[in-house]
Amino acid sequence: MSLQVLAVDDSRTMRDMLNLALSSAGFTAHLAEDGVHALEMLEVTEPDVIITDINMPRMDGFRFIDAVRSNDKWSRIPILVLTTESADELKAKARAAGATGWIVKPFDPAKLVKALQMVAG
Amino acid sequence: MSDPMAEIRASFFIECEELLESLQDGLQTMDDGDTDPETINIVFRAVHSIKGGAGAFGLDNLVHFAHRLESAMDEVRTGRFHPDGEAIRLFFTCADVLGDLVRAARDDDTVSSDVTDPVLEKLEKLVGVEEEAEEDLDFTPTTLSLDFGDDMALPTLPDLSALPTPEPDPADAPLPGGKGFTIFFKPDPALYLSGNEPLYLFRTLRDLGDLTVTCHTTALPTLDQIDAATGHLSWTLTVHTEESEQAVREVFEFVDGLCQLDITPFATVPSATLPFPLTATPFLPPLSPPEQPASTAMLPDPTTVPETLVAKDTAVRVKPVETPPSESSAPAKPSGTPTQPHATVRVDLERIDRLVNLVGELVINQAMLSQSVTEAGLPPNSPISTGLEEFLQLTRDIQESVMMIRAQPIKSLFQRMGRIVRESSASVGKEVRLHTDGENTEVDKTVIERLADPLTHMIRNAVDHGLESPDKRLAAGKPREGHVTLTAQHRSGRIVIEVSDDGAGINRERVRAKAIEKGLIPTDAQLTDGDIDNLLFLPGFSTAQEISNLSGRGVGMDVVKSSIQALGGRIAITSQEGKGTTFSISLPLTLAVLDGMIVRVANETLVVPLNAILETLTLTQDDVKALGPQAHVVQIRGGFVPLFDLGAELGYRPPQESYVGGIVLLIGQEDGNRAALAVDGIEDQRQVVIKGLEGSYGPVPGIAAATILGDGQIALILDPTDLVSQASGRTRSRPPQHALAG
Repeated sequence: MSLQVLAVDDSRTMRDMLNLALSSAGFTAHLAEDGVHALEMLEVTEPDVIITDINMPRMDGFRFIDAVRSNDKWSRIPILVLTTESADELKAKARAAGATGWIVKPFDPAKLVKALQMVAG
Repeated sequence: MSDPMAEIRASFFIECEELLESLQDGLQTMDDGDTDPETINIVFRAVHSIKGGAGAFGLDNLVHFAHRLESAMDEVRTGRFHPDGEAIRLFFTCADVLGDLVRAARDDDTVSSDVTDPVLEKLEKLVGVEEEAEEDLDFTPTTLSLDFGDDMALPTLPDLSALPTPEPDPADAPLPGGKGFTIFFKPDPALYLSGNEPLYLFRTLRDLGDLTVTCHTTALPTLDQIDAATGHLSWTLTVHTEESEQAVREVFEFVDGLCQLDITPFATVPSATLPFPLTATPFLPPLSPPEQPASTAMLPDPTTVPETLVAKDTAVRVKPVETPPSESSAPAKPSGTPTQPHATVRVDLERIDRLVNLVGELVINQAMLSQSVTEAGLPPNSPISTGLEEFLQLTRDIQESVMMIRAQPIKSLFQRMGRIVRESSASVGKEVRLHTDGENTEVDKTVIERLADPLTHMIRNAVDHGLESPDKRLAAGKPREGHVTLTAQHRSGRIVIEVSDDGAGINRERVRAKAIEKGLIPTDAQLTDGDIDNLLFLPGFSTAQEISNLSGRGVGMDVVKSSIQALGGRIAITSQEGKGTTFSISLPLTLAVLDGMIVRVANETLVVPLNAILETLTLTQDDVKALGPQAHVVQIRGGFVPLFDLGAELGYRPPQESYVGGIVLLIGQEDGNRAALAVDGIEDQRQVVIKGLEGSYGPVPGIAAATILGDGQIALILDPTDLVSQASGRTRSRPPQHALAG
């Protein structure tokens, strides 16, 4: 069973790239457009790990992580934050929100895979 | 297989256009005084997403500009900067330049820094976001290479089962030798709450080299005191690797600050002094431990809890990771997941056009079939007739659906005009605001593309010639700021686009004088206001006292008119002195088919577009008045309408002696005038497929196109408005170059 990854990003390009990188590495990618959509997806998929963007319409990444962490069903799912900022402040914020790790955009597929490995095997 | 990255790149540029559109929208909303935080969020996100994608493709110029703009937007978003009208105008300019950069990147072109730098400078001065030193840029534009070709550039999860698994032989495990590191790792409870999992970190570490894991259970409390969420375990790991300490630290990147972590290179570690404290260990009863948040599998056999340093604890055999099948490159489809909102399919335009053509053939075929059925004398209630009726309906539905595929909102075009207004008003020192309405009106894609040039010219004209300078406006009691309004709407089967300004209106005296001077009209010509206005469309006409660098580019309104006509459209002008001018373009919904009335003139069959016909009349004695030997008018409900004999106008036959008892089509024109076209008979009313003539014959005055009728006969499709204006021009002795050919 390949690793199931839920990738959340409002940019279609970014979703396409995540999909390509993930499926090329043999993972199964589930794609969502924003936090609200991702929560809907969580009801019907069981991802091993979640990758989420921060700046999104309707429900941003922080609120999404908060929603995932406060639901017992999902609270243990590792969450990687996709961010264009590598600033420590943002990492601290992501961590405070309950993120497991982060991926700096533009991501290097190898690093993405390594990051996934670090949090989800 | 096509290159997936090239496809994503192409789709990125399409997405960019959408993002630029929402950027413009957002700025417009802000400009209208909206202070909703979501508006600035939309603006921010648009720039942010462009930057994100651009970074992935190594489009450094675009990244750089987007980054600076994003920083400025962030200032607005966080409330540190409150943009006024001037700032928003600058943002608009930035959005325009951003659009240029996007398109340049798409077309492998460049935008000169002479364009970008001044804008960035202004932005910096205004918003006060200083350029960060390049190395301090949060954003590192690393070029992404996703080459999944023959050799996998991706270091996918290695097949861990193939790696040498450390033997649990204590003699051989923790004795450091060669290059490597000894790592002490003690997670804080917070580490487990963040979703991190030591086991996975260890697996990642094993990719660096031979790994021996020793688990310290000394801190485990007795079972009655155990807190399952806390962990209590710590580990000593030795990894034999040529990699740098940095590489080892990277494995622990996500848990940095959430654990005690000591990484020591082998050489400096005297084997007797490992950097962690040893405490006396309470003994665990030989029970299976309660659920551990992490690494239950790694719990050592409690009977072997160590007393000595040489970590005899437990050398853990790390379970091989399931290696995903890396050859499966097919994109994984989430089954049973909710479908994505607004799912779209990108289709080559050529394929759609082929479909449009085929549907056109279908319409012709259907018409032929109908005709055969009628000629065979089958009763209308026969199964074949009713079946054909349904076929007709279906054909129409298919046709409409196919046309819908080609239609898109005119919004993108209108947004481009925003830029034209900003740039042209700046270059002539006028203050102009553009209003748009009906942006969601859907228009055929080709029409949108081909409207860009004429519309640009009309907008420039409105700004340059239509509107007065701010001082003149103030003197005339108008606000300093001029207004240009761009609207689109569906009106009786056509698209009507209007460009209006609230300027001074057309100076008819000057236009008339100019036309006489240029020899376009005789000095004694009797012209109505509408006639004078229409002189603007004559080739070579220009009223600008001096050619400004804006509109005076050798393109006159005559070129605009012919571009519109080439689209099967018409353009009309209305103007009120002191109040402004309105150009009104009317276009067919589609370029492929039209509803036509089939008429007969001098044994020729012609098609008149149905939407041009207001009504049909049979003339009585009282209806027709002769104004001269060849000039007649028709009296309709108290008004008089000029009568044109179609057969004579087209040169098929001489004018009739009398039109009493004849049939006329009442034609409505854009300028509101009407005309009556005399025909010999009306045969039918049906949909016809337009077959262009221009490719073979060039533009033919009065004729829009041709079609193939149901019986295989070829018929010309009239452009009644053009025909009437040609004919009325001739009756007023217009210059020969405008006379109807033939």
